Amino acid sequence: MLENQDPATLKYVGKGALRAEGVEKMTGQAVYASDMVMPGMLYAQVKKSPHARAKILGIDVSKAEALPGVRAVLVGSELDYRLGLYVVDKDILAKGEVRHYGEAVAAVAADTLEIAKAAVDLIEVKYEVLPPILNHMDALKKDAPLVHPDLGTYDFVKAAFTPVPGTNIANLTKLRKGDVEKGFAESEWIIEREYTNPSVQHVPMETHVAIVQWKTGDDVTIWTSAQSPFTVRSLFCYAFKLPLNKVRVVIPHVGGGFGGKAGIHIEPLVACLSRKAGGAPVKFQATREEEFSLLPCRSALTYRIKTGVRSDGKIVAQKMSMYWDAGAYADYAVNVTRASGYSGAGPYEIPNAWLDAYTIYTNKPYGTAYRGFGHVEFFWGLERHMELVAQAIGMDSLEFRRKNALRPGSVTLTGEVISENSGNVLKCINEAAASIGYGSLSADEKAREKETGRKIGKGIAALHKAPAMPPFTATAVIIRMNSDGTVLVNLALTEIGQGSVTAYSQIVAERLKFRLDQVKVTVEKDTDRDPYDWQTVASKGIILTGNACILACDDLLKGAYETAGQILRAQSCDLDHDDTRVFVRHHPEQGVTFASIAVGYAYPDGNAIGGPLIGVGRYVAQGLSNLDKETGQGYPALDWTYGAHGIVVEVDPATGEFRILKIASIFDVGKAINPDLVRGQCIGGMVQGLGTAVCEGYIYDQEGHLLNPSFTDNKIPTSKDIPDEIDCAVVETPQLDGPYGARGVGEHPMISVAPALGNAIQHAVGAELLHMPIRAEDVWRAMRNSGPIDNWITKTPSGSCRSDPAARRHDPDHAITP
Amino acid sequence: MTRISLTVNGKRYERDVAENRTLLRFLREDLGLIGTKEGCGAGECGACTVLFDGLTVNSCMVLAVEADGRAVETIEGEAKDGKLSDLQEAFQKHHAVQCGFCTPGMIMSTRELLHRTPKPTVAEIKEGIEGNFCRCTGYQQIVEAVLDVSGQLEKKGELRHA
Ligand code: FES
Ligand code: FES
Repeated sequence: MLENQDPATLKYVGKGALRAEGVEKMTGQAVYASDMVMPGMLYAQVKKSPHARAKILGIDVSKAEALPGVRAVLVGSELDYRLGLYVVDKDILAKGEVRHYGEAVAAVAADTLEIAKAAVDLIEVKYEVLPPILNHMDALKKDAPLVHPDLGTYDFVKAAFTPVPGTNIANLTKLRKGDVEKGFAESEWIIEREYTNPSVQHVPMETHVAIVQWKTGDDVTIWTSAQSPFTVRSLFCYAFKLPLNKVRVVIPHVGGGFGGKAGIHIEPLVACLSRKAGGAPVKFQATREEEFSLLPCRSALTYRIKTGVRSDGKIVAQKMSMYWDAGAYADYAVNVTRASGYSGAGPYEIPNAWLDAYTIYTNKPYGTAYRGFGHVEFFWGLERHMELVAQAIGMDSLEFRRKNALRPGSVTLTGEVISENSGNVLKCINEAAASIGYGSLSADEKAREKETGRKIGKGIAALHKAPAMPPFTATAVIIRMNSDGTVLVNLALTEIGQGSVTAYSQIVAERLKFRLDQVKVTVEKDTDRDPYDWQTVASKGIILTGNACILACDDLLKGAYETAGQILRAQSCDLDHDDTRVFVRHHPEQGVTFASIAVGYAYPDGNAIGGPLIGVGRYVAQGLSNLDKETGQGYPALDWTYGAHGIVVEVDPATGEFRILKIASIFDVGKAINPDLVRGQCIGGMVQGLGTAVCEGYIYDQEGHLLNPSFTDNKIPTSKDIPDEIDCAVVETPQLDGPYGARGVGEHPMISVAPALGNAIQHAVGAELLHMPIRAEDVWRAMRNSGPIDNWITKTPSGSCRSDPAARRHDPDHAITP
Repeated sequence: MTRISLTVNGKRYERDVAENRTLLRFLREDLGLIGTKEGCGAGECGACTVLFDGLTVNSCMVLAVEADGRAVETIEGEAKDGKLSDLQEAFQKHHAVQCGFCTPGMIMSTRELLHRTPKPTVAEIKEGIEGNFCRCTGYQQIVEAVLDVSGQLEKKGELRHA
């Protein structure tokens, strides 16, 4: 709802308010689920599979059960509940067969953590080890073993997904626009490449944790570090066939999520332990190692792109094949596939497009949502591809991007027409280029090159993303006024560090014309108390919940004006208010205080009118539709946030070592509600994107054991890894249905960091990288590749952030090709 | 069990502890000082950083019995008389906090750095907090907060409006 964008009249929106819950966090007083202890609480531990694929021949729990202090031991055969966000394919504990290294096969609840650990060690599991299917491309082969032989019997969300029974394909998403073969026929050049990246871990600093109490009478309370309270509740109730009003989900402060905590994970298992232990609350917190393999990761991707370009540099046709490695369970990966599918061409207009995106089961830890929801992964390939295509046709890559960028009147892959208000990707690209001085080296940079012997290169990569969500995604906000005229705001969009509490406080204060200190948005979420919100994901919070905040403010004021109008004998249309009073506009001295009407107004004789003031705001995404399953045509996007990164890199041509001298990150956010928070998202997301770009990734051996589930072997960026200079800027093309014109930007800063770096390295030393992460050794090898651009680098995995060769063997001839 | 006696944030404590109990669990579970966090339990992430006789340690890697006779400082001792310290104020002002899970450890590391080096350079700041992972902020605003509290920040970091 674009009501007002004028900085001169806005008091809080567009200004840098301090973080509302900052003091609590600064003093160590903020309570996270991992800090919570309940009376009589037991501690859980999980027995995990040491194999990637094995038949469970038997589990002997007798010794564990006999250990004093053990209150419950569980194995899969006791449980008959299935879980799954979109494809219901996961047992709470493995039954019959384990499908990935680290999968839970048994669990214990005991008086202390020490006893629980000892008990888990006493559980004996007999396995028959089976050959795992590790490479997702191998899993597509006709004779590949099936990770889920019963796929055809599983329930799934039919409006959005298409599993293929009898294969390892959990979902196939198709996009068809124009006539791609005709487009290729008209093309001067046709360039085809394949790009890859491994699975990575989200690494929230607080690992997944839940405390669950399953009380007598099936009343269940779940305290959890999850991102989405209502999703935990609905999936929990679906699995256990419980009415929604029997289950309460409470979320205190959350120590980072990044999508890894978006769905439901450990809560059902902990609940079953509590029930078996007679209703005592049970706590489970994943170790850092378990975070890597018991809990989900981000899917690996192989992205093949074939592009047809006209002699003037205009793309006329593009054929795209995405092969997503789901791991053992479909979880969010099928929806990552769907969302990446409809966004897969990036912020470029492709008149004739064809895309198939597969979600493929393998015997590896499973993929879930991760900041960017597939876009970090596929933009690696897409924006490297744009660079290589431009090079192949002899055009400057910035010029090539400009030529093909979406602009008003362009039609997206799904048939949506871009308008003036959709955001401005061209401006983002141009700003990024200007900020890094793209296209030439400054005198200082030249001098530096001379002095150091290192080469400086500059690269650009663009990005876009829309929230991946059902077309009917909804939320609500409730505002209650206290008897002193302050307000409490309840909403279920979880504060996971992004600053939502602060931003919503600003929106509410602005709309109510109240002071910021009159507004409190609750941090703790509680499904018994807060109104519904779909999920804390997708960068959709600012638009949907922001709009609901505005509507709730208006509703609250409507009630206040009704009561005040009676007292003042005035119609609502003649009333106005400030932060303390409602008054008659043309007689401002005639008024009543909010405090006097907040919980009902009492006349001097004791007669009363009104009642507690409550405002309700409900908002549902407008104008979106399911996508046609054969062509992908439809309206999936609440909003498109566009952006671009520009990177200046310095590369040692002898060793391939590199250092990022500067990064510029530009996003069209519509309106920065809180510029300081937006900057926080920009920098934090960008550095997380750098982790993906340069050092993070799962490494497996040939048997499918994860080799690096720790910070020693899976590095994440530290303070010493950040670029020397960071420029964050916003373009503000108002979103017409966004609060004060705003659109989401939580995920976007992470997208396209890697290809901007890859492109910059290519400009510096000519290395043509097709795989991320990019390590010094990868650059060194790529520099020495004198042959044609090809996937040679994926064939030399040793010492890099890639799997064992056997686990990564890629043989396109055996793949199911369209 | 061994009896230990130590001070935490200037207060004296005497407790019986198991010899294998870590200082981290002792602080969190025996003293209820939950401000110190566990991010890995393996000495890799710095979330559990406390001061041990004035020097930073990963409290997950120190046994509680080793703290006998020592002075430990945790995040709970940083704010005094209900007021944030200058360092905490700077973290708040510069949005050096997002989810907050790394923050207690980060502040303890920064506290030690500023004791040692009252006016650290950017490189020294980055070096000083290198052992403290933050997955949210990207570190830049933390560096700016430390520059500010040490009186060296030329210009507050801003989002540019292009
Ligand atoms: S918890 Fe001690 S270093 Fe990570
Ligand atoms: S603020 Fe979340 S890890 Fe640092």
